[in-house]
Amino acid sequence: MQAEEKFTEMTWPASPEKATLEAKNKFLGFWFFLGGETVLFGSLFATYLALKDKVPDSSHPLAKDLFEMPLTFLATMFLLVSSLTSVYAMYHMKNYSFQRMQAWLLITVFLGACFLGLEVYEFRNYVHEGHTFTSSAFGSAFYALVGFHGGHVAFGLLWILSLMLRNAGRGLNLYNAPKFYVASLYWHFIDVVWVFIFTVVYLMGMVG
Amino acid sequence: MENTRQTSANPRIDLKYRRKKNAEEMRYQIISFALMIFLTLIAFGAVYYEGFSHWFVVPFIMLLAAIQVVFQLFYFMHMSHKGHETPALFLFSGLTVALITILTFLTITWI
Amino acid sequence: MSTIAQKKGFGATVWDYLTTVDHKKIAILYLMAGGIFFLAGGLEALFIRIQLAVPNNDFVSAGLYNQILTMHGTTMIFLAAMPLIFAFMNAAVPLQIGARDVAFPFVNALGFWLFFFGGIFLNCSWFLGGAPDAGWTSYASLTLNAKSHGVDFYILGLQISGIGTLIGGINFLVTIVNMRAPGMTYMRMPLFTWSSFVTSALILFAFPALTVGLFLLMFDRMFGGNFFDVSAGGNTIIWEHLFWIFGHPEVYILILPAFGLFSEIFATFSRKRLFGYSSMVFATVLIGFLGFMVWAHHMFTVGMGPIANAIFAVATMAIAVPTGIKIFNWLFTMWGGSIKFTTPMHYAVAFIPSFVAGGVTGIMNAVAAADYQYHDSYFVVAHFHYVIVGGVVLALLAGTHYYWPKMFGTMLSEVLGKITFWLFLIGFHLTFFIQHFLGLMGMPRRVFTYLPNQGWDTGNMVSSIGAFFMGIAVIIMLINVVVTQVKGVKVGNDPWGDGRSLEWSIPSPPPFYNFKQLPLVRGLDPFWIEKMEGKKGMTPAEPLGDIHMPNASFLPVTISFGLFVAAFGILFHVDDKPWALPVMIIGLGITLVSMLIRSVKDDHGFHIHKEDLENEDKGVKA
Repeated sequence: MQAEEKFTEMTWPASPEKATLEAKNKFLGFWFFLGGETVLFGSLFATYLALKDKVPDSSHPLAKDLFEMPLTFLATMFLLVSSLTSVYAMYHMKNYSFQRMQAWLLITVFLGACFLGLEVYEFRNYVHEGHTFTSSAFGSAFYALVGFHGGHVAFGLLWILSLMLRNAGRGLNLYNAPKFYVASLYWHFIDVVWVFIFTVVYLMGMVG
Repeated sequence: MENTRQTSANPRIDLKYRRKKNAEEMRYQIISFALMIFLTLIAFGAVYYEGFSHWFVVPFIMLLAAIQVVFQLFYFMHMSHKGHETPALFLFSGLTVALITILTFLTITWI
Repeated sequence: MSTIAQKKGFGATVWDYLTTVDHKKIAILYLMAGGIFFLAGGLEALFIRIQLAVPNNDFVSAGLYNQILTMHGTTMIFLAAMPLIFAFMNAAVPLQIGARDVAFPFVNALGFWLFFFGGIFLNCSWFLGGAPDAGWTSYASLTLNAKSHGVDFYILGLQISGIGTLIGGINFLVTIVNMRAPGMTYMRMPLFTWSSFVTSALILFAFPALTVGLFLLMFDRMFGGNFFDVSAGGNTIIWEHLFWIFGHPEVYILILPAFGLFSEIFATFSRKRLFGYSSMVFATVLIGFLGFMVWAHHMFTVGMGPIANAIFAVATMAIAVPTGIKIFNWLFTMWGGSIKFTTPMHYAVAFIPSFVAGGVTGIMNAVAAADYQYHDSYFVVAHFHYVIVGGVVLALLAGTHYYWPKMFGTMLSEVLGKITFWLFLIGFHLTFFIQHFLGLMGMPRRVFTYLPNQGWDTGNMVSSIGAFFMGIAVIIMLINVVVTQVKGVKVGNDPWGDGRSLEWSIPSPPPFYNFKQLPLVRGLDPFWIEKMEGKKGMTPAEPLGDIHMPNASFLPVTISFGLFVAAFGILFHVDDKPWALPVMIIGLGITLVSMLIRSVKDDHGFHIHKEDLENEDKGVKA
């Protein structure tokens, strides 16, 4: 096993994320995990759709009273662009340019943090309008779905950051390249989920 | 369990070729990103316009979301590359279960 | 590392098992932990039958009865059957595909410890204000207002052990896809490996639904959520759907490996290739697929409407087709074979009529209109015990006898084994056959007692006597285990003499690296092929070389223990106990710090050198 071996641009394999057996296992296992995550988010979406606008009395705000387009649009742009920047990071990983990969990852993390910040701001607004986790079934379902996604974003940030810090001093090798790759897969998956959240929760909520 | 390196007789040419291929792929990624942004703009626009009927907008933006996710999966997550048959099988199986769950919750939960 | 046979002190052995990432040792851990929970669940079953033996009995109170009943179901499904299945998957699958270990040895160990601490947490409820008492299905309409903490123990305990099961499933999927020996194509995999593969896929897609369901219930009960609270717009049917979207595949998660074990046993002891191998594979996959399409047949009386009921009734009946394919294939495997009636074969032969009986009542229940009569009666109790005891438990007992020599290197006594078998089989039919009729006569399930002279008295007495037969059978089996291990007569590679798959080509128990050289697989039943050509063992597929092995680690225990501690904090946080929040933070801290250590510390494993392997060889010969 040459996982710890030092590489040059010449010797770096074409698909470092699948170059060793451990890497192949990690790659496949993570995709399977994403298959399970699909069911997890599917169940949360289903719960949200079943409980959408189900409130105890008419004074409680509904979806069409709450959601605002500019905020959602901005959050969507943050996350979509962060998906592209993580693609750039993987491009440089494949070309064995560690510093550039780190730089792009840092941008990804920054955009992800902006997204999270917006989400916190948005939730605070809703709470002021009387739409809380405990105020109605609609509230519970909304915060469960969007909050689970936000939790995934937060975990992804910590994950990518700790990978960057841990490997800052030693550059790329076949032991950590699959880790970076898998983290980027996770980040894209979060984006996939968000595409459905902004469509199903926000846009469909605004349509009514 | 040893590493398999695909190195031709002349590693320099090999490297050049790989660089070119990676750059080419990156171009596809940017094109698909541009399309994704475009689709997102249309989706937000369709809702913002308010002139369309509810019955048109909802299926339309769902379709746009589905197309966008295909871009994410096949280009950003490289599912179009070979060696992704098993991941694709399991992801789509998971998607099937998820869709059945959503269908159920929309129809037979007494709502 | 070449001195594995060396005697170790007790403490060292315990430490070894606490830190092991070796799938064979994890199998033993699963077997022991699952076995202990099986005894606990069995004891609860006996209490149920004592209480119901005569009308108007007051052996236990109504409240305690509900707790015992709930814990019996929950323990047997989640803490006994699942881990025992995992025990055999761990023991056999890597050996059957010719792998040196699983794909993620660390995750494998973590999966075990999560299950273990989840199970312990659930059972702590007995001593902390009462066990869960809302049935193993824990319907939200009951649990939302349950006063004791029992249901909270259920929620958190199952959440922890569920995560363990999920990662265990992913581990086996990757192992089977990536780690097969040269020549081991998908269509040469033994049927137990195939069924483990499909079961793992079902785990992957079914457990997230349970995870979500448990989260929602946890939010409702502990953090003021309103998912199921109708007065705040909630909907209690959501829990039922989420539970059964998980719960029905769960039944197939249990039964498919049982089918797999019996397929191995039938082929081995009929000394014949499994009849219709490819149709068996097809049927396994089809059952797995259909398993996701039928969950709502548990909810026919909820009021989903005639269309939904009809769809789910037809889908349910469709499952009889692939199951029938399997039954016929097993019969044809025996037909014309030279059958050896060993203990596992006894179980296998008895399994067919027992399980078919359970299948037939399953079809009866699938008829939605008729189900309105059967629903919530002892008929349903009889049905699912016929499939689970007649299918899964018989398979687990058979598997214990069949794989004991491979796991421990000793052979369980055949005489005691057959006594166990007959007592268990008689007891099983005595207990559950009559419950069909009790159900049809109107006895509802989950009642803690009943009035005399309704025609139920004799039936219940017979049923209770049967339960004791099963209890005695299990005790004899334990005696068998103790006697066998005390005697400690070691057996060779292929103790049954008729082994067909790769696990029988290596020593019992195998060395920790399993295969010195990966075997070359030339067809289905690879070891049988070599034996038929007069060879002693497998042809190696590679020259003797260094073997890469994973490092042992204590972190799986600490990660799981942290969640165990945190769960107490979350649970008592509801009572406004001042210590609850710190306990929760400390627990989560232990888990997160352990996870951080795991990710920051490089783990490259170690190598067994070629020279050591050669020396070991000489040592054996000398």
